[in-house]
Amino acid sequence: MAVRALLHVPASARIGEVIEIRATVQHPMETGFRVGSDGQLLARNLVRRVEGHFDGERVFAVDLHPAIAANPYLAFPLRVTGSGLLTVTWQGDEGFSHSASARINAP
Amino acid sequence: MTTRRIVLTAALGTLLAPAVRATPAALRSAIAAFTGGQLPRTGRVTLDIAPLIDNGNVVPVAIRVDSPMTAADHVQRIGLYTALNPLPEVAVFHLGPRSGVARVATRMRLATTQTLTALAVMNDGSVWQQQVDVIVTLAACIES
Repeated sequence: MAVRALLHVPASARIGEVIEIRATVQHPMETGFRVGSDGQLLARNLVRRVEGHFDGERVFAVDLHPAIAANPYLAFPLRVTGSGLLTVTWQGDEGFSHSASARINAP
Repeated sequence: MTTRRIVLTAALGTLLAPAVRATPAALRSAIAAFTGGQLPRTGRVTLDIAPLIDNGNVVPVAIRVDSPMTAADHVQRIGLYTALNPLPEVAVFHLGPRSGVARVATRMRLATTQTLTALAVMNDGSVWQQQVDVIVTLAACIES
C-alpha cells in the first residue's frame, strides 16, 4: 500500500527568515500495549525517527515513542539560508521507510 | 468473522488487562538519561497544551524554549516526558543554530490525568524544564 505523507513549507521565504515546516505521515503508531480482537497484544509498530535535511545537511531530527499519536504530525523551525531542497525522512519498525521533499524558494 | 463472543471477549480482555503505567522510578531514570544527570532548573521552557483534554488519543502539544539559537547559545535537545503513560518517553527533538527558533509541535497520546514534563538541554550543558498538569476525560488506548 502506498504510504501517504504531507510536507508543508511556505511558498516563498526571505533569506534569514525562520519558517515552520509541518510534516505528517500515514502510520498506525501501534503502541504494543493494546489488545486485539483475539485477546493477544498487538505487536509494537512505530515510526522511530524523523529527520529533516536541507540540501544534504541535517537541520532537524526527532526520536518518537509510543506516546505519539497515529499519523505522526511534527512541526519544526528552519532558518532560511537560500533556495534549496528540504527532504524529510521517516524510519520505523518492520522496515518502515518513507521520504518527502519540498523546494524552498528564497529569492 | 466478528461474532458477539469475540467482541465480548475482546472487551473483557481490555477491562481485565492491568493498566500499564510508568513508575516514578522509570520517569526519573528516563529524565536522567536525557539530561545526563544534570538537575533541571525551572524556566525558559514553555509547554503549551490544553489543561482539560476531551480526547487523549490526539492531543496537540507545542514546546517553546527561550533561546537566541545562535552558534554560541542554542538549544540542543528538547524532551517531553509523561508520569503515567505506559512509558515515560514521548519524543526527543534535536535542534541547532539552523533551527532559528526553538519551537516544536506534535500530537501525543495521554493515558490519564497526569503531569507532563518538558525539558531542554542547552549547548552549555544547562537543563531547563516546565511541568504542566493536565486533566484527561477520555483516555488513549481504551478503544480499538
